[in-house]
Amino acid sequence: MDNLIKSWAWLLGLILITFLSIAGCTKGQSNVEEGNIEGILHWGNGTDPQELDPHVVTGVPEHHILSALLEGLVAKDPKTLLPIPAVAEEWSISADKKTYIFKIRKSALWSNGDSLTAHDFVWSWWRALQPKLGNQYAYMLFPIENAESFARGKITDFSRVGVKALSADLLEVKLSNPTPYFLQLLDHYSMFPVHKKTIEKFGKAHERGTLWTRPGNFVGNGPFILKEWHLFRSIVVEKNLNYWDLKKVKLNGIKFHPIENVTTEERMFRMGQLHKTASVPIDKVKAYQKNNPNLIKIHPYLGSYFYRFNTKIPHLNDKRVRKALAMSINRQQLTDRVTKGGETPAFTFTPPDTFGYSARAAFEFNPKMARDLMREAGYPNGEGFPVTELLYNTSEGHRKIAVAIQQMWKKNLGINITLSNQDWKVYLDSVNNGSYAIARAGWIGDYVDPNTFLNMWVTDGGNNRTGWSDPYYDDLISQQAPVSLNKFDRYTIMAKAEAVLLESMPIIPIYIYNSKSLVHPSVKGIEPNILNYVLYKNIRLDSTLIEKEVD
Amino acid sequence: MFYFALRRLIQSIPVLIIVITATFFLVRAAPGGPFSAEKNVPPEVVKALEAQYKLDQPIWQQYTSYINDLIHGQFGPSFRYPGRTVNELIEAGLPVTAELALYAMLLAVFVGVSSGVYAGLRPNSIHDYLPMSLSMIGICVPSFLMGPLMVLFFGIYMEWLPISGWGNTPGDKILPTITLGLGYAAFISRLSRGGILEVMSKDYIRTARAKGLPARVIVFKHALRGGLIPVVAFLGPAFAGLLSGSFVVETIFQIPGLGRFYVQAAFNRDYTMILGTTIFFSTLIIMFNLLSDIVSVWLDPKLRDQYRHNK
Amino acid sequence: MVEAPKYEEKLSYRPKDLGGSLWSDGWIRLKKNKLAIASLCILGFLCVTAVLTPIIAPYGYEEQNLLLGAVPPSSDHWLGTDVFGRDMLTRIMYGSRISLAVGFIASGVALCIGVLWGSLAGYSGGRIDAFMMRIVDILYALPFMIFIILLMVIFGRNLLLLFLAIGAVEWLTMARIVRGQVLTIKQQDFIEAATSLGLSHWTIVRRHIIPNTLSPVIVYTTLTIPSVMLLEAFLSFLGLGIQPPQSSWGLLISYGVETMEEYPWLIFFPGLFLSITLFSLNFLGDGLRDALDPRASKD
Repeated sequence: MDNLIKSWAWLLGLILITFLSIAGCTKGQSNVEEGNIEGILHWGNGTDPQELDPHVVTGVPEHHILSALLEGLVAKDPKTLLPIPAVAEEWSISADKKTYIFKIRKSALWSNGDSLTAHDFVWSWWRALQPKLGNQYAYMLFPIENAESFARGKITDFSRVGVKALSADLLEVKLSNPTPYFLQLLDHYSMFPVHKKTIEKFGKAHERGTLWTRPGNFVGNGPFILKEWHLFRSIVVEKNLNYWDLKKVKLNGIKFHPIENVTTEERMFRMGQLHKTASVPIDKVKAYQKNNPNLIKIHPYLGSYFYRFNTKIPHLNDKRVRKALAMSINRQQLTDRVTKGGETPAFTFTPPDTFGYSARAAFEFNPKMARDLMREAGYPNGEGFPVTELLYNTSEGHRKIAVAIQQMWKKNLGINITLSNQDWKVYLDSVNNGSYAIARAGWIGDYVDPNTFLNMWVTDGGNNRTGWSDPYYDDLISQQAPVSLNKFDRYTIMAKAEAVLLESMPIIPIYIYNSKSLVHPSVKGIEPNILNYVLYKNIRLDSTLIEKEVD
Repeated sequence: MFYFALRRLIQSIPVLIIVITATFFLVRAAPGGPFSAEKNVPPEVVKALEAQYKLDQPIWQQYTSYINDLIHGQFGPSFRYPGRTVNELIEAGLPVTAELALYAMLLAVFVGVSSGVYAGLRPNSIHDYLPMSLSMIGICVPSFLMGPLMVLFFGIYMEWLPISGWGNTPGDKILPTITLGLGYAAFISRLSRGGILEVMSKDYIRTARAKGLPARVIVFKHALRGGLIPVVAFLGPAFAGLLSGSFVVETIFQIPGLGRFYVQAAFNRDYTMILGTTIFFSTLIIMFNLLSDIVSVWLDPKLRDQYRHNK
Repeated sequence: MVEAPKYEEKLSYRPKDLGGSLWSDGWIRLKKNKLAIASLCILGFLCVTAVLTPIIAPYGYEEQNLLLGAVPPSSDHWLGTDVFGRDMLTRIMYGSRISLAVGFIASGVALCIGVLWGSLAGYSGGRIDAFMMRIVDILYALPFMIFIILLMVIFGRNLLLLFLAIGAVEWLTMARIVRGQVLTIKQQDFIEAATSLGLSHWTIVRRHIIPNTLSPVIVYTTLTIPSVMLLEAFLSFLGLGIQPPQSSWGLLISYGVETMEEYPWLIFFPGLFLSITLFSLNFLGDGLRDALDPRASKD
């Protein structure tokens, strides 16, 4: 019997030693160290990308990858976010601001060597507007004359849409209205060019999910080409030798790591597996700010965190109630103690200083005035106020905020709110169908202009979902603002609209989003801006000036 | 023996059909559709999408066309990943989960059987109490507690082992395997201990000992075969449990395996992915249970007789 | 922990000695098992605390203290506070109510269904038995975890659905065990006597069969409760079980995992309580099994 036991003990000991030696091997070179030598940037990219077809995808992770593989007519300066030439080397705008002519540079090539011409853009935008394709971002092209009608299938002759190739290198675009932010839209992936021959090789233009986006097939015009795509593990892109601005590109490649869990991502950053993360866990922000302030980058982001009211519900139909609820939230305490990310409390819907536009704050944290309003509305000290449900989509962050606000309303107004959370898709349906009372919401601006925020609240707007309607607001936003040629006038009109919105308060702005990420000191060239916009050809990896290892 | 196996195989088919049908209709009944999005989706776009995925057909038609595809081995396109078929996604995630489950199973059987037999051979001594107490810990501390604690200790404080991923850094398979397998090791340990105890008190073991056979021969040649029957019978449910346990372990360690995809697909209402993974898992579990049943009948002469006469 | 069965004790286990001697014998044997008694006391304590929680909890359940945030154990807060400043001791106490309730109720559901099914199948015998057990076999083969997850995602997380779903999974093994027992008991003389006396089948089942199956049922139930609690904790960890504002230990653990590094007490204490409860239930179950059925020597 003892021999038996002895042999087991030997075996176990052997296994233990094997384990420990494997463990010892893990201290190899980290991704960051290797990457700095090879010129590969390791980028934490959040959720795994759905697809790499710019006319099919809808998310931010996809945007990061597509911005490496493709390039639009116009790009943005990472510091100022003003338009800079990309595929188009120059452009002219007509006096009525409705016609643009873009000169496409002769050196612009596809990654397989084909010339990039104006015809490519015409075809690509035709594809993006194909009703059968089901492009959820088709609306980015709607400022173009007749684009919306074509996308809705009302007209089928694409030549009626306001985009035409005057020649191989001249593209003419006609808009329905002077749209001051139009140049910004050109940088969105739905307006990127796609390679016609490649797409048609693998299927019809309106077919989703054909093989044209796989490594080896993908033909793009951006600074990088698609080298590897390992489902759920990583996407690797490497320098495109046919890119027109190749001289400027310092990186040799980028590896996108899809990591959904923020805690895991932060740990990977600490272990030197990532140069940059997509986000930072809330509870670590203060620690980083104190101990490693050079690693954490926080800046305002063009987005608003707000609550919607279902104004069709009787007791929420009274704007005094809505204003009271808005005024009894201590936003400073929320952002200090709950979200802890240094977000800016919001007293307007459009984030302040959106390309110079700042609406006037229409209210403040004032529990006493809130109580007065409630009394006026017939609910002194909250008596008689029906129990109302607050809906949010399942997430720790939203729950924390909802719980805190629930307490604030109870304390300041004496009313009872119940909380309900639903999975993302269910929550979206509930909000879309109006099956909610108060619902949490978030909105990221598609471009830097107050219109992307204020456009939501027009009567029956697809993104409205509150049942609120004001014809004066509609007139300001849909009739007056679009035809205004002068920036100052236009902003004044929009500020008036925003004042109308805030006076009725169908939504409660809570805070302006922040973008938080951890960046390794060897990464140079990422500028903070409100769109989190990154120009990859500006990035270089330089580890010479770093004294000590990342802690 | 053969007919027994065949009969059981045939009996599994209605089970599979029930699984497929039930899942198909359950998933369609769920609130929240695959195309709901925060930025408003114009109705034409929704229509176009539904047409592409055949969601605009009457449900019976969808069902029959799905079954038809299934017979040809096609699980359909994923809703969430438009460029990929469910087959591709399963192919991407399966090797990972299979490897994880295999290693965990090996760990569980190896550690469990050896510690259990070891304990059973010297009952009521320290050699018995110690492993059994440890195994109790393994049973009572769930994987989602054990895993994070090990991550905290081995990964973060000591920095000995990597704490996420699978196959990216050497040694990153160690913690997930242990987290998944330890609970089952504990249970198998108790089972083997019980089994060995029971067998050792049998007459034929006493005879062997009286004959003067060395301990090793007694244990390996005679006792194990009978004593491990409960373990073999347990392997079927253990496998099912390992697959379910992989959901949690893959989530904790960010492993790109099928378990994690399943949970995400459920949240994302990716109908085809949910169906595909459910069918896939169910088939595996049914087959494994079948295998485990067959092997345990083969091992246990009593059961064999019973089946030969009854069924 | 299992004492080698003594010869005398083997003899004492006979159906005709039921009624008085099995239980009193069992109780005496149980008392000798110190571990089991300790477990019983711990469980009793936890149950009493759970019931009395609304009265004895030191703080309100949702009482936040945003200025405080998460602090480690102190004299004000024996088990520390969470990120909202909510007292962990209170949260764990309220969590125990849900976890224990799910454990007991779902096991109860499994118990009732399983006992009824198993005894009817075993007593009827023949075709009905084969049919009923075939159904059990089929259901046993289904990957229940997958279905539960699907159900939870589809129909939302409400407590009632959780009880039913879990109960529906656990009754199968109970049915099998009961049926096996019933098959043995059926062949005893006293059943034949009852039949010849003209008692209806239902009375026989109710009055004679079921009480005699009680010992393995009790043992198995005590072992089902921890696996049910584990199942609930598992689901809650994935985000599919109990929803806030209610919380169970499983949910508390899943919150604790996220902030493990900064605030380790948030995972340590709920984990400790869950583990202790599971330990106690398992030891108690083991002890009961040894006490009531000394022949059984395997798990």
